[in-house]
Amino acid sequence: MTVIDETITDGSIGGGNRVIGQRMLRKEDPALLTGEAVFTNDMKVPGALHLAVLRSPYAHARILSVDGSAAAAMDGVRAVYSGADLQSLWAAPMPCAWPVTDDMKNPTHYPLAVDTVHYVGDGVAVVLADSDAIARDAIEAIDVQYDPLEAVIDLEDALSDRVIVHEELGTNSSYTWNLLVEEQEGDVQRAFDAAAYTVSERYVQQRLIPMAMEPRAVVAMPQPFGGDMTLYSSTQVPHILKVMTAITLGIPEHQMRVVAPAVGGGFGAKLNVYAEELLCVALARKHGTPVRWNEERSENAVATIHGRGQIQHMELAADSDGRLTAVRVRLIGDMGAYLQLVTPGIPILGAFLYAGVYELPKAYDFSCTSVFTTMTPTDAYRGAGRPEATYAIERAMDSLAAQIGIDPLELRRRNFIPTASYPYEAFTGLTYDSGDHDAAATMAEGLLDYAGLRARQATQNVEGATKRLGIGVASYFEMCGLAPSRVLASLNYSAGGWEAATVRILPTAKVQVVTGTAPHGQGHETAWSMIAAERLGIDPADIDVLHSDTAIAPLGLDTYGSRSLPVGGVAVAMACDKVIDKAKQIAAHQMEASPDDLEFVGGVFRVVGSPDKEMPLAAIAFEAFTAHNLPDGLEPNLEAQVTYDPPNFSWPFGTHMCAVEVDVETGDVEVLKYVAVDDCGVQVNPNIVDGQVHGGVVQGMAQALYEGVTYDSDGNLQTSTLAEYLVPAASDVPPITLGHTCTPSPTNSLGVKGVGEAGTIGAAPTIMNAVVDALSGLGVHDVPMPASPLNVWNAINRARDNNANPTAQNNHGGNP
Amino acid sequence: MRTTNPSHLGDSVEVTVSINGTSHTHDVEPRTLLVHYIREQAGLTGTNVGCDTSSCGACSVHIDGEAVKSCTVLAVQADGCEIRTIEGMAAADGTLHPMQQAFMENHGLQCGYCTPGMVMAASSLLLENPNPTEEEVRLGLEGNLCRCTGYHNIVKSVLAAASAGA
Repeated sequence: MTVIDETITDGSIGGGNRVIGQRMLRKEDPALLTGEAVFTNDMKVPGALHLAVLRSPYAHARILSVDGSAAAAMDGVRAVYSGADLQSLWAAPMPCAWPVTDDMKNPTHYPLAVDTVHYVGDGVAVVLADSDAIARDAIEAIDVQYDPLEAVIDLEDALSDRVIVHEELGTNSSYTWNLLVEEQEGDVQRAFDAAAYTVSERYVQQRLIPMAMEPRAVVAMPQPFGGDMTLYSSTQVPHILKVMTAITLGIPEHQMRVVAPAVGGGFGAKLNVYAEELLCVALARKHGTPVRWNEERSENAVATIHGRGQIQHMELAADSDGRLTAVRVRLIGDMGAYLQLVTPGIPILGAFLYAGVYELPKAYDFSCTSVFTTMTPTDAYRGAGRPEATYAIERAMDSLAAQIGIDPLELRRRNFIPTASYPYEAFTGLTYDSGDHDAAATMAEGLLDYAGLRARQATQNVEGATKRLGIGVASYFEMCGLAPSRVLASLNYSAGGWEAATVRILPTAKVQVVTGTAPHGQGHETAWSMIAAERLGIDPADIDVLHSDTAIAPLGLDTYGSRSLPVGGVAVAMACDKVIDKAKQIAAHQMEASPDDLEFVGGVFRVVGSPDKEMPLAAIAFEAFTAHNLPDGLEPNLEAQVTYDPPNFSWPFGTHMCAVEVDVETGDVEVLKYVAVDDCGVQVNPNIVDGQVHGGVVQGMAQALYEGVTYDSDGNLQTSTLAEYLVPAASDVPPITLGHTCTPSPTNSLGVKGVGEAGTIGAAPTIMNAVVDALSGLGVHDVPMPASPLNVWNAINRARDNNANPTAQNNHGGNP
Repeated sequence: MRTTNPSHLGDSVEVTVSINGTSHTHDVEPRTLLVHYIREQAGLTGTNVGCDTSSCGACSVHIDGEAVKSCTVLAVQADGCEIRTIEGMAAADGTLHPMQQAFMENHGLQCGYCTPGMVMAASSLLLENPNPTEEEVRLGLEGNLCRCTGYHNIVKSVLAAASAGA
């Protein structure tokens, strides 16, 4: 039998707790492993009409006419509607919650296009029918006449306004957002003028399809006479969706309920308000009958948001030791055809991370201009702005190291924010909570055998070698736990970043934890049980976690941005403490002691100094229920609610390293070993942490090596199925060696940080640094992502041509 | 309820299959995929659909003992076959199949959407090769995509199940 590496830790990951830190098996698993779990499309809904959406085959076209008469005449078809037919149903356009600047341009966006389509996949008409098959057959029979317009699929072309995507806006630029930090005006330019070394690079963050394995699905259930509406959706954000559906459709919020049943992954793509959710609710209301929609995979590729999509110009200035003295960033962000829920904010979320985990004086100049194109809208995809930023700084650090002629790991060590300076006030004004970058890097160095591989590289990468060894390093901050509400306000975000929890001890001492987070694979039922078990001294098996239904958990801001544990999990711990405080009053009353004389250990209150006097929480639960003997004025329940607004972001960090072998004849890249050392503070359940890092690493590796959306010049998506869009399989990726250091966060009582996005943030630059490192002896300076055999082979050959003719162009890898 | 549109799809066809030991007979449209038959006619929704190009393997079931992507087979082609789905893996007393147990113990699932197909493919793999290497497990599961786990713990689960003699 082959043994897979066990995770290496420094022994303190559980923070010395009893339940927290255990590798407890997940409560979620039996239902998921047996087919018992109900995903939205598994719901049996008698009498539901099936919705199908006719989508534009053109990237940009005027709609001349929509004739649904042939479709309407088909057996089993109940209704056919064009965008114009449904205009009266919308109380407001589709929401964008992040107007990043006051003058941001946001084209009006309805669930179905009315006059003009702006991307292949834009909804044009819908059919309601007795079955999904009939509905899909019927949309083929709708006759739409278009007047095609030119597509815009290149960001620099979009910026030129050669073709305007939204005529009424007069430009393709949605906004320009600047962050200039200088002690004195002109500091950035002076730093570049005085620099011993400067780096100037251009990177392309290709578009990616998030590709959760469960496509989206929606069921809208009206109560025509009572007036209530329940929306079941495969969403990460039932609470946000409830508010936005109410506003967009003019439904009183108290009559709107949203439920996210079992949800098969999200990765940011289900952090949105989608046309099909609004269409199902609006048509369920109009017809007084349930309406459901199920997304096909190829439909998902056009109708669900894409991620990334940026061109980055990255400049570093450094002194003679290689210490950073200034950073300048110019971004072009690809919004796609419309602004979805948080589309414009994604590049901005990265704005604070372009100096990575390094010390930088107040000499930072960031500017992002985002443009409309005739492609599927972009929005949050695992990491959302932070993988892009980390990629740019970590690739640029390797360029700087090469220029200085020092080891890239040594350059990073010279620039790491020193452990002793934490909490560290960064140039942006944000305070990083805790960190020990050198410890993580040192652990990774050992796990990879960095020195041994460097020695092997020196002998392997000789003139004429076919297989070249490359070693990649990247260090990162995750910057997560979204987010302090006041910071979000300063970024013009339309909502807060708090999270809610209720802890309810039932009469029989079983516990309900109600959370506002909305897990879709992260294991909150298990982890929140463990937090409550730790605090309350109760078996995790006696705790049930309720979530993802706005009727049961009315308060919450859902799951994204690695926020669930450092915001929602902390709220659970605080609610437990509040319940314990109340229980203590009951215990003190019944034991005739002062509450100040009681201690609570292992689920039992004891009078300090009188060890025979004790009262377990279970007994107090029943006393709270009978209310026969409670302190005067105390409400008869054992329940507490907390809404927690975090004082800071969470700053997990780490270092990834890998070794790759590149075949210079075929361009094939093989990852020989991958090491991820992540520090997310105290770990509630190390199994879940490991799983998050594994999956994140492979998604980052996928961006580096396999995945990339391509459109043809007419704006047709060429990667619309899993046969063309290369999500890696088990055989495409290596085992991953994990290490963890533990630097607790000082900002919460659990000492926890987030972890969901860390793997993805670290992996793409680690792999690409290794690929370029392997080829540096051939004069290759950059390879565009994905480092497919063709892109690698082209980069090698371009470098060869340049070496033969050094006056020709630079030897950058170029871009797809 | 049947969903035929006979005007252009032809007459329905009677299909009889055994699913998890229970015999099912239904009239189906000839174009009905086995996965849709299992989910919609037989009402067993544990088998998931993750793509439309037979790429993802989420719909893997056993047909006559072998893992098959049930979107690659028409229901009429399965007439007379023994089918086993994820609902038929645990024992009648609720004891998980050793492969299910191994996935649970090794955190081989996160969102769980690919999991039924992954368990069906992995259990079939071990029938063919009871003691695979890590490499053989990775190659054996290359038709089943997972977006959450990075496959690390899936491979670990299958190796653990093999080691336990599953």
